Amino acid sequence: MADPMRIRAQLKDGGITEVRVLMAHIMETGQRKDSAGNVIPAHHIQTVTATWNGKTVLSAQFGPAVSQNPVMNFSFKGGAKGDKVVVSWTDTKGDKRSDEAVIA
Amino acid sequence: MKKKTFAALIAAFLATLAFPLVAQDAQKQIERYRELLADGNPAELLEMRGEDLWKQKRGPKNASMEACDLGLGAGKVAGVNAGLPRYFADVDRVMDLESRIVHCEITLQGFTMAELAKRPHSLNQSERQTDHEALTAYVVGQSRGAKVSLPQSHPKEQESFLRGEKMFFFKGGPYDFACATCHGVDGQRIRLQDLPNFQKADNAQRAFTTWPAYRVSQGAMRTMQWRLLDCFRQQRLPEMEFLSPASIDLITYMGVKGKDGTMDAPAIKR
Amino acid sequence: MTTINHKRRVALKSGGSLAVITAAISAGVLPVNAFAADWNKAAFDAKTLNDVLKAMGGSAAEKSGDIVITAPDIAENGAVVPVAVASKIPNTQSISILVEKNPSSLAAEFDILPGTEANVGTRVKMGQSSNVHAVVKAGGKYYVATKEIKVTLGGCGG
Repeated sequence: MADPMRIRAQLKDGGITEVRVLMAHIMETGQRKDSAGNVIPAHHIQTVTATWNGKTVLSAQFGPAVSQNPVMNFSFKGGAKGDKVVVSWTDTKGDKRSDEAVIA
Repeated sequence: MKKKTFAALIAAFLATLAFPLVAQDAQKQIERYRELLADGNPAELLEMRGEDLWKQKRGPKNASMEACDLGLGAGKVAGVNAGLPRYFADVDRVMDLESRIVHCEITLQGFTMAELAKRPHSLNQSERQTDHEALTAYVVGQSRGAKVSLPQSHPKEQESFLRGEKMFFFKGGPYDFACATCHGVDGQRIRLQDLPNFQKADNAQRAFTTWPAYRVSQGAMRTMQWRLLDCFRQQRLPEMEFLSPASIDLITYMGVKGKDGTMDAPAIKR
Repeated sequence: MTTINHKRRVALKSGGSLAVITAAISAGVLPVNAFAADWNKAAFDAKTLNDVLKAMGGSAAEKSGDIVITAPDIAENGAVVPVAVASKIPNTQSISILVEKNPSSLAAEFDILPGTEANVGTRVKMGQSSNVHAVVKAGGKYYVATKEIKVTLGGCGG
């Protein structure tokens, strides 16, 4: 099973909630070869979705060129302290992970 | 033909003139890159895994690590790394953080040294980081902001420092290298990495407080034991044994030299 | 000091349904990529800026000074290059990050929904020094800003 994400959601001036996400993922490109010379198949996150109180605030698509252990920073209007932000991803093997944070 | 050679010479000459400026600018840009990287360190993911492991009941004795005494009393994790290595009366010797974690896994959880020392470090980025790396990441992270102050009152702590110092300056191997060859003078670097001079307090502080570190190029967090293992490899010295007295003494030396630095590990490095 | 809040990492994955899906995959019922139906394969396979634009349903992109790329001029390690993009273009619908000289250009695409700031950041891999493009879709049109990022290879030690 995939390791948990680290999500920080912080209310900033002007009612903007800043969300910073760290995901644990190998993000294998499909370009590398192992010691035996065989291509290591691509294995990366493809889609990421973030919701705030159940409403989608961001959806993203990742290719293999996003770095290992991806970082994703974004912000949205309207959040309040104590609200929930949920981030979910799906990768090329169909593996999924979903974690949540409370806006601080 | 002659003209071309002359032009090439001029170009080469101009390049030497321009180089220091370019290098300075590049250095600034690299600094900026490092600042941008520091915001979001994947080592935090490993710290989270380590915290779970720490609290989990594991091993033949089905016990958690929460009763482990890392130097500030059983169960205390916050700030411990700023005072390690130190003398532990229960084993009558000086231990570094990683030795003490392994010690607790053996005494509290019933693991054996053989299984814990078999593969303490993950091999490459395709491999999941080891439990040892995760536990170390968690404990080290709990010392962020703590001031480095290794106890040096026990005779064995003083001996450990003196042995570490001796080793630091000891030349050996096919290159006739000592740690001090690179880390005992100013202005040394390997490609773009400036090497800390341990004779200067600010250098030593920066080095000691930023290990362990997440290595971008390896996609993995590396522990202080790994740092020494790899330094020995680069010096072409015999392989540093995991948790060996030599490794502990060298860490003691570095920690004493880094006194009053503020812990900021696991850090993130190229 | 860091304290980690356990509440914010509740896994929502349901083991039961996953087993069913896994079984379906091994039986060949579902293609692996069925999970990410909204992943634009053609855009991620494209080699050039123009081909990426085409795969996204656009044609040409207009240069814009209202797109700001925040990234280092030199990256010590091409495996991890921080890139953030902010768009001041009204009605920004999406932001994409492309690395011109990578085997495939498109690294990531972010849909900017109403209420979400047109300002996103991630980290990308760069095989070599290259132009990095930020493509913004706004009001159905495409805009682009470009920044060159040099990549040095890290040494050993450190």
